[in-house]
Amino acid sequence: MNPEVEVRELVKRYPKREANAVDGLSFTVAPGEIFGLLGPNGAGKSTTIGVLTTRVKATSGNASVAGIDVVADPVRARRMLAVVPQGSNLDRSLTPRQNLTFHAAYHGYTPEHRNSRAAKLLEEFGLDSQADVKVDWYSGGMAQRLMIARSMMHSPRVLFLDEPTSGLDPQSRLFMWERVRELRDQGVTVVLTTHDMDEAAEMSDRVGIVDHGRLLAMDTPTALTSTLRGKSVLEVTIAKAATDTTDGVMAALVAIAGIERAEAVASDGGSFNGGHPMALASDNPVTLRLYVEGRAAGLLGATVSVLTGRGAELSNVHIGEPSLEDVFIDLTGRSLR
Amino acid sequence: MTTAELPAPSVWRAFRAILWRDLFVTGKEFWVFLVQVALQPLFMLFIFARVLGAGGYVTEDYAHLLLPGIVALTAFLTALQTVAFPLIMEFSFTKEIEDRLLAPLPTMMVAFEKLVLAITRAMVAAVLMFPVGALVLGSAPWNPSGLGLLLVALFLGTWVGGAIGLAVGTLVPPNRISIMFAVILTPLMFTGAVQYPWMSLESLRWFQVVTAFNPLTYLSEAVRAAVVPDVPHIAPWLCLLGLVVGGTIFTIIGVRGFMKRAIS
Repeated sequence: MNPEVEVRELVKRYPKREANAVDGLSFTVAPGEIFGLLGPNGAGKSTTIGVLTTRVKATSGNASVAGIDVVADPVRARRMLAVVPQGSNLDRSLTPRQNLTFHAAYHGYTPEHRNSRAAKLLEEFGLDSQADVKVDWYSGGMAQRLMIARSMMHSPRVLFLDEPTSGLDPQSRLFMWERVRELRDQGVTVVLTTHDMDEAAEMSDRVGIVDHGRLLAMDTPTALTSTLRGKSVLEVTIAKAATDTTDGVMAALVAIAGIERAEAVASDGGSFNGGHPMALASDNPVTLRLYVEGRAAGLLGATVSVLTGRGAELSNVHIGEPSLEDVFIDLTGRSLR
Repeated sequence: MTTAELPAPSVWRAFRAILWRDLFVTGKEFWVFLVQVALQPLFMLFIFARVLGAGGYVTEDYAHLLLPGIVALTAFLTALQTVAFPLIMEFSFTKEIEDRLLAPLPTMMVAFEKLVLAITRAMVAAVLMFPVGALVLGSAPWNPSGLGLLLVALFLGTWVGGAIGLAVGTLVPPNRISIMFAVILTPLMFTGAVQYPWMSLESLRWFQVVTAFNPLTYLSEAVRAAVVPDVPHIAPWLCLLGLVVGGTIFTIIGVRGFMKRAIS
């Protein structure tokens, strides 16, 4: 089967920049697949989407959507694709309903078709009771829903979602995920970008991990985490002694045979599957994530005695399997933010 | 969701739809448009012709000389502002032009659509100026034999205005929007032979040269040639040529600026 999205050796260099924003990226997406581009901010994800959606000129390389070369034939490609951007770009001079009908008009649909389709989509997205108000009144979640509904007005074959749930409340996130899966079930191919591990793991059939414009790994979330097979993660939350430093504690822990690496993560809610690790974690108490060769439980004793020896007070221990985030850390040596 | 359902992409249909969007929005806020267009010329005519006339500072002839200038100014500025202000906003803050940039038509056509809209709105504004002027002044000059020249000049002049708007709207950074008035609009308004016939500047040679670089000068002179042909004016063919040259230059600059903003 021909790929629905194909990117080959894509390079994008913005004028007056030293490094390439996208640096030889290649990947394909099969029809009906949800593909996630995962990477930190500035990794080149949005630029890649920009090229695929005809808004960014590629410096070199090829990109096609639904078999149409987006560089050579952008007009025809636009018929096949739709974009839901990160921030709202709704037309504020129009009502929500008109946002949908005008979008369909741009794509050449008849008035009957646009009105009936708009009504149907507004209902599907739970916006029918708010369809004729001012767009300015919409919350972030509603605007996002309306933008997805708008993107569906011209029945695209490929939908691009740029950071679809950043800034959304948990309920809107779940709603969004559900809608996107439904679209996939209807045969729409979805390409999404995210810097959120959970979203990538939860949503995508396959994930491409991107950093500095390069693809570091690409596979199903399960296969990616299994590259860290045989490894496990031990997470400890400690209040360290007043004279001690986080770096000092980490150095002492890495000295234990079997512990490969230590990483400081956010101390509140830095659990295995729900946490957003931050580069600058709060200092005390601090949560440390230890990457362990073999089973983590076996090293618990040694870890505890090192910590006690340094006068640190242990408040929480968690043993878990590696997540996509750990794959990213393993590949880049950095956490995602 | 099959391809068969999809209408074949038609550039013309997409172009019509985005033009209809802008006309629809204009119609929806027509009173805003009217206020925007009519208020400034209304005041200018009232102060310069009526108030100064009442005090004996200007003659009635001046009122008839000023009105064509004001018509030209209104048409020109309406075209410029129709494009410039929304474009600055749409490209930076609201990003609402994106949906149109992703419509199935060449990106350049979205820029041309802005010009067509500018010409349409500005022509309406210019036509509205005659009754407004007559209302303020009590009478308006009328010369049926100049109607052809008037329409051609207004068409070309509003095109130039729209093209300058396109250049300004895509080249002025959004944080500079406030100084645009001081740096661009004010000089344009006062060096455009609006309030004085160009020929009357003989004694002020340097200023006459300066005004020759403002495309608005050629519009004002052409409108005056059409409406009050007795007032000495630049030859109409020269005016139209000046407008075509200005329109071409600014269309090239504007469309280039637009493409740069639309596709990075």
